[in-house]
Amino acid sequence: MQPCELSSTDIVAAVRRGEVSAERVATAFLDRIARVDGSINAFLAVDREGALATAAAIDRRRRAGEPLGPLAGLPVAVKDVLCTRDLPTTCASKMLAGFRPPYDAEVVARLRRADAVILGKTNMDEFAMGGSNENSAFGAVHNPWDLDRAPGGSSGGSAAAIAADMAPAALGSDTGGSIRQPAGLCGITGLKPTYGRVSRRGLIAFASSLDQVGPMCRSAADCALVMETIAGHDPGDSTALSAPVPAYSQLLEQPLTGLRIGRVADHFGAGLEPEVARGVEEAFAVFKAAGATIHDVELPHARYGVPTYYLVAPCEAASNLARYDGAHYGHRSTVTAGGFDSPLVEMYCRSRAEGFGSEVKRRIMLGTYALSAGYYDAYYARALRVRRLIRQDYLDAFEKVDVIGGPVSATAAFRLGEKTGDPLAMYLVDLYTVATNLAGMAGISFPCGFTRGGLPIGFQLQGPALSEALLLRVADRFQHLTDWHQRRTAALPA
Amino acid sequence: MPTAAAPYTTVIGLEVHVQLLTHTKLFCGCPTDFGAPPNTQVCPVCLGLPGSLPVLNRRAFELALRAGLALECRIAPFTKWDRKNYFYPDLPKGYQISQFDLPFATDGSLEVVDPRGAFPPRRVGIIRVHLEEDAGKSMHDEAAGTGDSRIDLNRAGTPLVEIVSQPDLRSPQEARAWLTELRLLLVYLGVSDCNMQEGSLRVDANVNLHVPRGDGIAKTPIVEIKNMNSFRSVERALAYEAARQWEEWQETGIEIGKAPKQTRGWDDAAGVTRAQRHKEESSDYRYFPDPDLVPVTVSDADVAAARGAMGEPPTALRRALEARWGISAYDADVIVNQGRDVVAYYETVAGMVGAGKPASNWLQQDVLRTLNDRGGTIAEFPVGPEALADLVGRVARGEFDTARGREIFAGLLTLGRPATPADVGTAVAALGITAVSDDDLVELVRDLLAANPKIVADVKGGKEQAAAGLIGQARKKNPNVNPAKVRETAIALIRGS
Repeated sequence: MQPCELSSTDIVAAVRRGEVSAERVATAFLDRIARVDGSINAFLAVDREGALATAAAIDRRRRAGEPLGPLAGLPVAVKDVLCTRDLPTTCASKMLAGFRPPYDAEVVARLRRADAVILGKTNMDEFAMGGSNENSAFGAVHNPWDLDRAPGGSSGGSAAAIAADMAPAALGSDTGGSIRQPAGLCGITGLKPTYGRVSRRGLIAFASSLDQVGPMCRSAADCALVMETIAGHDPGDSTALSAPVPAYSQLLEQPLTGLRIGRVADHFGAGLEPEVARGVEEAFAVFKAAGATIHDVELPHARYGVPTYYLVAPCEAASNLARYDGAHYGHRSTVTAGGFDSPLVEMYCRSRAEGFGSEVKRRIMLGTYALSAGYYDAYYARALRVRRLIRQDYLDAFEKVDVIGGPVSATAAFRLGEKTGDPLAMYLVDLYTVATNLAGMAGISFPCGFTRGGLPIGFQLQGPALSEALLLRVADRFQHLTDWHQRRTAALPA
Repeated sequence: MPTAAAPYTTVIGLEVHVQLLTHTKLFCGCPTDFGAPPNTQVCPVCLGLPGSLPVLNRRAFELALRAGLALECRIAPFTKWDRKNYFYPDLPKGYQISQFDLPFATDGSLEVVDPRGAFPPRRVGIIRVHLEEDAGKSMHDEAAGTGDSRIDLNRAGTPLVEIVSQPDLRSPQEARAWLTELRLLLVYLGVSDCNMQEGSLRVDANVNLHVPRGDGIAKTPIVEIKNMNSFRSVERALAYEAARQWEEWQETGIEIGKAPKQTRGWDDAAGVTRAQRHKEESSDYRYFPDPDLVPVTVSDADVAAARGAMGEPPTALRRALEARWGISAYDADVIVNQGRDVVAYYETVAGMVGAGKPASNWLQQDVLRTLNDRGGTIAEFPVGPEALADLVGRVARGEFDTARGREIFAGLLTLGRPATPADVGTAVAALGITAVSDDDLVELVRDLLAANPKIVADVKGGKEQAAAGLIGQARKKNPNVNPAKVRETAIALIRGS
């Protein structure tokens, strides 16, 4: 048995039955990381010692007949935007280099309580700002399907770790598409839950009203398994929903007969790569053959999604990132005097100038400007009004259909460096995903084909609030009818 | 100092920050105790550590609601939280969570009445009351010679209500009196301890002058005064500032709108206000709704619960004491101003004695004076209300006079334990106080009159006060005689003879 080739569901079952030890599973993935991550750069920190100790403890408890958690022995990679107790947590920023939180994020605590094994922290765009994972202060991540290409962002490290078999499951965060887009570009499955379905406590905030943690795995069934553990109310997050958590993994096996899937004509306009369009259309055909019906729906304000997002998110980010000022923790400039300002202001300016990368600075400036006196109504307040219209579009659409299908990104994985000189072009990689976050809805992305060049094509399903069970089921049924999600890259050593 | 003849009106508005009497902070569970070693009452939330999230302390909201209701405000059915963004080392998140455009309470008022009539009753409008978290404290360590600044974040996240008044106050004395009334109200409500030394109550004052002119009224630019740490210094600072503005106005004639609003600090030792350094940039706090906190909806039940927990406010209590016990407005004011515990003490004594006036006299002249000298609270006072009632009752019934009563009272204070009514009885016996019969008294006075023909003659000549000269002699013969009765009996005997 090669643990690195097993699904999350199979690993948990095998460990539970004693067919393989948690320690052997952890060792296999840790060794795989040691072997291949040099060419991927998916991990910012690997906790070999901690992972093996946890795995050994799980094995001891299993041998002693003690009860095990639902994820017993499952190795999980955690995006570095989530706080991990005593483990480096940097958000891929120099600003937080060396920061070790004294607490676990709620989702990480839930993983540990479920007896998952935390492998380490995955690379990302700095403070989750970016769509290609090239904004990391610790170097870009390479797409396992083609090492010259980007894995997508900002959860590119988590996506690449799974695509390269360095982890069977990972956590990502999705503010405007940061789980679904890299999942699409790396050929894996990623779920962006409804806003508030998963606690944000310990998730280092980028844009608080949009951020949501979600699972990234090889399949929808695996995502369902992880989601059962991480979802649910948290009294420590006032925006967390209190609705009970369904047993997602028990609700997958229902046929798609009668499922109404919406199709938005705007998703197939200019800019969509023909190969991607073909893959997405073939997926619609698969659903149709399985008994679903396809309906045209409109999301008329979705076209304002990107501009709205690039007001709301930077405004919140500018405020959320104000705490990184060099005063209390993180990076502080050693040069704090000599400029035109007071030593205190000089310390702030230099610490932030040295600590943040250019994309983060760009968004802080955007947000600061948009919230400034005299501009609030023209920008932020107007963006909030558009946001409500976008949400209403979804509510109207979900009166007619159960889910909305379409592409997750306009292109397959693009070359590293291809868009880095053009921020506006980069902002369009979230074209199909941002509206879900603005509306607080749920979305899932999974592979639906490959380009002739061998790059994965992603399919996105969006559903109404708290439709995770439905989205996981629809994706799982698709994965029973296709094998795209089982394809492995040949670009890496076995 | 402006006098009644001042050729201008002083216009004052106040902004009062009050720390709520909660055990924990506004958005986390850290304690709010004063005086703990620096940075010992902190957690990831109040430190603003990455990933931390605020969660509202409902208790703080309930207390704030009580304050809003007592200030007769309109309570917003829907209220939200906003971020006020600015950089300062004692502000760990880089923003303060506050309420900007939808404060939870608006449009209220609080009246202040001076019982001596030094100024007419003044109803001062409340523009708004909102909740916010406090920042930490910077300590600039000049003494160490390093110029180091140290930050104590124990206070960060402490719940504050900010109360903003209309500019309805017209003199420094009024401002002080109004603040005193506001403080009393908040203490009565259990909303705050309002301890200014510990920073539980902080006042900023806005002041300018309205100067009548032929063509209307000229207004001087508004000045905001900060760092006043007692009500006395508020009054002094306002008086100083009004006089300063008057001088400046006479020199420059600059009117409001022609100069930016100035912030001045109060230097208590020097007794002057000083201009504070102008900020380089105009303050732009970039307020926006805090996306980490859900809005708060306030139901009728919430309002009713807060109202139910309020208790009788001072104004109502003053009127009630006047009505129940027939005491003057002045006496009721003195008693109520001492706080709810003193009111309860008074009402117990008055109830047991069956009369309000003597209870009020004893409370003010003996109990409060002693308390003032010795310190401590009424709850710890060695003569409990039952013992005092016994003592006051005996004086009222004429068992002995007030002077003897005071001797007994003084004795009770030295017992070294809480005095009981039984102790009063013991003290009476120990002093040999027994009632003097009317026959004995008449006999005693008759003897004295025989020995004092001059007094008899004086009284006959119309100088009744001369009878007082007998009292000392009477008491020498029998210490238990009642002086008033000695006097009455003497006059009756002289007139009758």
